[in-house]
Amino acid sequence: MEVNVKLFGDLREGRFEEKKTVLEENSRVIDIIHQHNLPLDKVAICMVNSCQAEFGQILKNHDIVAFSPPVGGM
Amino acid sequence: MKIYRVNMAKLSFVVEEVPDEWKVLGGRGLTSVIIAKEVEPTCHPLGGKNKLVFAPGLLTGTMAANAGRLSAGAKSPLTGGIKESNSGGTAAQRLAKLGVKALIIEDIPDGDKWYCLHVHKEGVEIKEENELLGKGNYEVIHTLTSRYGENTGVLTIGQAGEYKMSAANISVKDPKGHIRSLGRGGLGAVMGSKRIKFITLDDNDGEGIEVLDKEKFQKAAKIFNKGLLSHPVSGNALPKYGTNVLVNILNEAGGLPTKNFRMGQFEGAEKICGETMYDTIMDRKGDPTHGCHVGCVIRCSQTYNDKDNNYLTSGFEYETIWGFGAGCTVDDLDIIAHVDQICDDIGIDTIETAGTMMVAMEAGILPWGDGPGILKLFKEEIKEGTPLGRILGNGADFTGRAFGVTRIPTVKHQSIPAYDPRAVKGIGVTYATTTMGADHTAGYSVTSNVLNVGGRIDPLGKEGQIELSRNLQIATASVDSAGLCVFTAFAILDYEPVSHALIDMINAQYGTNWSVDDWFDQGRYILKTERAFNQAAGFTNKDDRLPEFFSEPVPPHNVTWDFTGEELDQVFQF
Repeated sequence: MEVNVKLFGDLREGRFEEKKTVLEENSRVIDIIHQHNLPLDKVAICMVNSCQAEFGQILKNHDIVAFSPPVGGM
Repeated sequence: MKIYRVNMAKLSFVVEEVPDEWKVLGGRGLTSVIIAKEVEPTCHPLGGKNKLVFAPGLLTGTMAANAGRLSAGAKSPLTGGIKESNSGGTAAQRLAKLGVKALIIEDIPDGDKWYCLHVHKEGVEIKEENELLGKGNYEVIHTLTSRYGENTGVLTIGQAGEYKMSAANISVKDPKGHIRSLGRGGLGAVMGSKRIKFITLDDNDGEGIEVLDKEKFQKAAKIFNKGLLSHPVSGNALPKYGTNVLVNILNEAGGLPTKNFRMGQFEGAEKICGETMYDTIMDRKGDPTHGCHVGCVIRCSQTYNDKDNNYLTSGFEYETIWGFGAGCTVDDLDIIAHVDQICDDIGIDTIETAGTMMVAMEAGILPWGDGPGILKLFKEEIKEGTPLGRILGNGADFTGRAFGVTRIPTVKHQSIPAYDPRAVKGIGVTYATTTMGADHTAGYSVTSNVLNVGGRIDPLGKEGQIELSRNLQIATASVDSAGLCVFTAFAILDYEPVSHALIDMINAQYGTNWSVDDWFDQGRYILKTERAFNQAAGFTNKDDRLPEFFSEPVPPHNVTWDFTGEELDQVFQF
């Protein structure tokens, strides 16, 4: 299956902003983190299809998965 | 410490002792308590009975990091209720070093002369001012820096304040000679009503800051300052990308209000986001990070240059970029930066006027997405004080009424900021119930709803949001009274040693024996004082509601605003 991966903030450095990624069926969020060597301790926010998600969430074809380091503002 | 009191009808000044009940109050706590005690809640905000109060925070001027915020308070001409607005810049620490607990300005002068105030160790001089009338804030600051030297604090109003527009702010000179703003609620109009163009502050030979137990204070301050730097948000994310890092996050979460709150996602988000802004700043040799006041270690401000690498604006914030960007469907960061610059110069609140431009687009005054049209309205209408400019300068609600628009994004007549309350429900509770009118800073529930700081609560659900907003509103009132930047709250909420260090600093400075709970009790007292003022001014629970158009579903989540009045009324049950 294929999912769309988005990275924000410093996670983009040396990687990408947005990329289609091919995964095996029943892959989880954590598999994307490993696939793209995202530093686990720097992933503070994870969303699947605009909803907050856990690393163990199972993905479906065409999901949009976004990762962000810790951010703040107002 | 002392109180400086100026009467603009008599053109007189007195020094007063600090009453016992004000001694351990500062910032918002002090401005709100003074307004509640001395201002008739039903008075006209631009009349002689209103007062304008400036107060540094409890910790301002000390070695505590990020404690240089200045609070300003009055009855708001925008909301009709009590108002506190705070800002960085160079004024708060000067007042604190002069030993001035609060500067209270009362009444209005007879006649049509304009004045300026010069605050120094002997008191306040009130002088007639003609040269800088009609000038923008940048020219005022440059002229006064030449007149009095670099080490002079400046508080000034632009043309919007002179016109007494309800969206007018008070500008504060920052350490680089640029502008920070006491932004919300029309306090610039209150200063204009008192016919004060600017206030200069000279802290030479001031009495300094008294700290009763210096050793204990220093020890606690080191823990506090280190804690801010070790938190991933205040230590890394904010310094690098500024507050605009939020565009992509809120867009992804479906909570970035787009086209006057019709959608929660904006197609042009990537063009105006913090990451794009950072790259642009670096390409144009701008400055991606600096503090808005001396002693700031978070340094979320920046200098944004134009295409020719010349200074364009600074303190270019998420709220401004969202409002004139996604809110108005403009995807050109340079245009938005020009709008930010002219708002600073005219002296008008960017959140209020962004909401106003959305309403103007609803009214057909200009088309959606027309960035140059927005700029033209600021330059040719608001700055010039034309009839249309005066309508727009009075804010979103006034503009909506003038043009028969019903989709007006305000609460208590104040424009709603940059988070859709249907998709980030915790912040909606704050918008509805805060004493300030729609204000995200009053209880920033986005933390636990989206940012995963201070816990996690589903942003799309109702569970836990009332309690979250209540607790954050109480904590924020306490933070605002300490003179601390609200971004210190990330570390205070997450790291217990930081919150304890903060209380240790207050105890060491003032000889109190507070616990963290005592500090929050002060926050509760401040909120209740503000709410009682608003009730006496005519507000009821029915004013603690969002506009009815939020019953429409907002994509992508297609969620609605579904809190009942009874549920919202629980926020102030404490």
